[in-house]
Amino acid sequence: MNDVAAATLVQAAARAAPRVPVLEVADLSVEFRTRSGTVRALDGVSLQVHRGECLGVVGESGSGKSVTAYAVMRLLDPAARITGGRITFGGMDMLGAGDADLADLRGRELSMIFQNPRASLNPIRPVGTQIADVLLRHGGVTRAQAPARAAALLAEVGIPDPERRARAYPFELSGGMCQRVGIALALACRPALLIADEPTTGLDVTTQAVIMDLVLGLARARGMATVLITHDLGLATEYCDSIAVMHAGHVVETAPTAALFATPRHPYTARLIGATPRPGLALGDLASIAGSLPDLRREDLPACRFLDRCERARPDCAAAPLPRRTEAARMVACRYPL
Amino acid sequence: MSAASLAHARHVLSGNPVTALAFGLFALLVGTAILGPALVPFDPIAAAGPALQPPSARHPFGTDAIGRDVFSRVIAATRLDLGMAFAAVAIVFACGTLTGAAAGFFGGWTDRIIGRLADTIMAFPLFVLAMGIVAALGNTVTNIVIATAVVNFPLYVRIARTEASTRRGAGYVEAARLSGYGEAHILFREILPNLLPIMMVQVSLTLGYAILNCAGLSFIGLGVRPPAPEWGIMVAEGASAIISGEWWIALFPGLALMIAVFTFNLLGDGLRDIVDPRRRT
Amino acid sequence: MMLAVIARRLAAALPTLAGVVVVTFLLTRALPGDPAAYFAGPAATREAVEQIRAQLGLDRSLGMQFLGYLRELARGDLGLSITTGQPVLSDIVARLPASAELTLLALLFAALAGISLGVLAALRPNGWLDNLCRVIATLGVCLPAFFTGLLLIYVFYYLLGWAPAPLGRLNAFAAPPPHVTGFFLIDSLLAGQGETFRSALAQILLPALSLGIFAVAPIARITRGSMLAVMSSDFIRAARAHGLSGRTVVIAYALRNALLPVVTTLGMVFSFLLGANVLIEKVFAWPGIGSYAVEALIASDYAPVQGFVMTMGFLYVLLNLAIDLLYRVIDPRMEVTA
Ligand SMILES: Nc1ncnc2c1ncn2[C@@H]1O[C@H](COP(=O)(O)OP(=O)(O)O)[C@@H](O)[C@H]1O
Ligand SMILES: [Mg+2]
Repeated sequence: MNDVAAATLVQAAARAAPRVPVLEVADLSVEFRTRSGTVRALDGVSLQVHRGECLGVVGESGSGKSVTAYAVMRLLDPAARITGGRITFGGMDMLGAGDADLADLRGRELSMIFQNPRASLNPIRPVGTQIADVLLRHGGVTRAQAPARAAALLAEVGIPDPERRARAYPFELSGGMCQRVGIALALACRPALLIADEPTTGLDVTTQAVIMDLVLGLARARGMATVLITHDLGLATEYCDSIAVMHAGHVVETAPTAALFATPRHPYTARLIGATPRPGLALGDLASIAGSLPDLRREDLPACRFLDRCERARPDCAAAPLPRRTEAARMVACRYPL
Repeated sequence: MSAASLAHARHVLSGNPVTALAFGLFALLVGTAILGPALVPFDPIAAAGPALQPPSARHPFGTDAIGRDVFSRVIAATRLDLGMAFAAVAIVFACGTLTGAAAGFFGGWTDRIIGRLADTIMAFPLFVLAMGIVAALGNTVTNIVIATAVVNFPLYVRIARTEASTRRGAGYVEAARLSGYGEAHILFREILPNLLPIMMVQVSLTLGYAILNCAGLSFIGLGVRPPAPEWGIMVAEGASAIISGEWWIALFPGLALMIAVFTFNLLGDGLRDIVDPRRRT
Repeated sequence: MMLAVIARRLAAALPTLAGVVVVTFLLTRALPGDPAAYFAGPAATREAVEQIRAQLGLDRSLGMQFLGYLRELARGDLGLSITTGQPVLSDIVARLPASAELTLLALLFAALAGISLGVLAALRPNGWLDNLCRVIATLGVCLPAFFTGLLLIYVFYYLLGWAPAPLGRLNAFAAPPPHVTGFFLIDSLLAGQGETFRSALAQILLPALSLGIFAVAPIARITRGSMLAVMSSDFIRAARAHGLSGRTVVIAYALRNALLPVVTTLGMVFSFLLGANVLIEKVFAWPGIGSYAVEALIASDYAPVQGFVMTMGFLYVLLNLAIDLLYRVIDPRMEVTA
């Protein structure tokens, strides 16, 4: 009963008021308790994704992209604590939801593709069986129908000879094939939101483009909302409607893709753009991003965590609170934006 | 051990009361083995009172079927039980480490032959092989010790072999080779000393198993002859009495056995933490 | 496919089996004292001893003796038992099922208890079950099997009166069931003899428990460790992200993967079980091959002991083979790497 209610909720919300975001993350903060101190991994993160839209989340490794995704899925490690904020998915409060409701939602309304395709498949279960597991879990098929449905899904993600491949184990498939299986798994139940966490890292360049076209093509065709997580600004530019730039657990800038490129307002965004290869720009011209992420276990983290790497920094940048300026569809978290 | 590693050991011990407890128990066991037979209140192999007396102030562990004081026997047995285990482990430590290191260091045929030997021993359930060895060599305490050493041999060979083969190409070995030292010299002077810490951990861990093995063999009537006090044989003597409710004859030697094994296992874990902090779990 | 694997593994086990034969032969030659004098008896004359020496073939070279030994082995001739007056082989064949039934039941108990304990401990690290698991893993390996057996007899036979007298496989009034497998539990059920089954079960419970407790500790420790590792792996997070139910995730995904290291250590567990089996058979007057060997050993009757050691060696090699095949059944990746 509960799943049906939730499903219609999401769809109704999406149909009735297209400007209500499918996913809204507001002011989310997450900490990890570790032996060597508390890691303040996310601090005041806000994101929105609408139906049929693709949001890119871009940032260096360690900036908190995966933690954000796991928080939305409510799949954080036991060591993590959500210390503040709201996550609303299709009008449902994700932080207040019970485990059973969450499990019903995951894979059916809310899905995820992972960074390391082979490692995110069960190594000793045929891939077709793994897809069948998901289909059976979320209803809609009988045990007898499941294998054929699984093969059909494999065909849909462009795997040749799907009946035979359904019986293969992950170690028998290439990385690109494994990622296709991951996509089939995530899209098996036609979710309303797909989170793709670095879906092409570790694949070779040609496969990368094929996989990205496949994911975004399916997403568009189905009117899904998509969150594309990547450290590659170029990739995000190519596929996303808007982009959120993350740095050290902060979203430092959010803007429609074109606007972000035309007029970056956060110094970090500007540097990222400067470091992104574009046609006509030689590799030697790329400005690398100096400095490194601050240690998030530090007790005295400045309000602006980019402070130490910023050439525009002024003394009052360290003072709390971190200003977040919102105008039209844009947000920038900087006291002295460009 | 250098001053630094002593300080490290003290640091680990102070942060780890369990290991400190193990060292305490170990000292107690060794003290009992050395002094015990001189301190016991009664002659462990002569009747000290009426038979089958339950524990009392006079006989804290009761008396056995022929009136011997169980407490005195348990204490006096420490020397024989620890002695057998220490002797067995000392033998296998010397032989196993040396052959294992040679196998790992020289490789080739040496390695293959020693490896085949170890595999053949491992092809038997260890206690069963120990029984067979005692049966073949003769039913004596010495042969129990030898059998226990033999069945532990593959373990030592394996560990020493792995450690030695990883050190074969190490910088200090190359340096020794370049200075013109022979292979034997390098094995004894450069490789073996570096294996000692890891092998010491193994010694402590196998001591527990060696005690169980020796006691098990004497439990089934091998090696140790009555009336000699020994924990395994005492449990065997108490076995028939336990069915009629005289629990104390078997219980106390059994507990002594458990405490000894427990001590050596804890000690082994503790030593591993000191020697090889990476493997801490 | 599987047959080819079995054949290949059997071939690989041949040198080990040859080693078993050689070791057993050497153990025969190392008999204490002069076997000829021993067999001839104390009153024998010099000539009689020499005659027996020739009869036994002890006057030939070691190589010739070994060939003779192999010929006897090929005929299934393991010598005569002085104690029972029977051929050792037929004694062992008659008593093997008793030992096998006891050992396998103990293994079943140890595996069920050890794996459940390890899994439950890993699901709630530092919970009370985890602590219990740690205590059992530490204390369990310190317990001499024969001592556990006696304690259980004292508690359940003498104090509580729940268990029957520890004397063999059946109580004095029950007759053995018709021989099919030699396992009384199975044969009595096949023959529909409920009373015999109950008696056999009552007799076997305590020895199997004493033997099994010995093996619970290593199994629980390894299950816990590998389960902890698997539960934090990527594919478990992915399975959760696809909404699979907790039971599917833990059993079909995590446990099956976590069992691989457990299966690997079964060889070591069997080595312990088969050794401890000898002690337990003595404690419970169990008419298996272990107590047979112990009785012969005490009577200085060496042929049964050697037959026993060789049988155990062969059995253990075959068991390791079976474990290897079981591993292949669970892990599809093995076929390629082998
Ligand atoms: N289980 C964890 N325990 C402690 N810290 C963690 C854990 N997971 C992530 N973090 C920290 O959170 C921060 C963000 O990590 P993550 O979201 O994985 O980065 P990325 O943007 O590369 O996906 C990092 O500083 C990382 O160290
Ligand atoms: Mg990441």
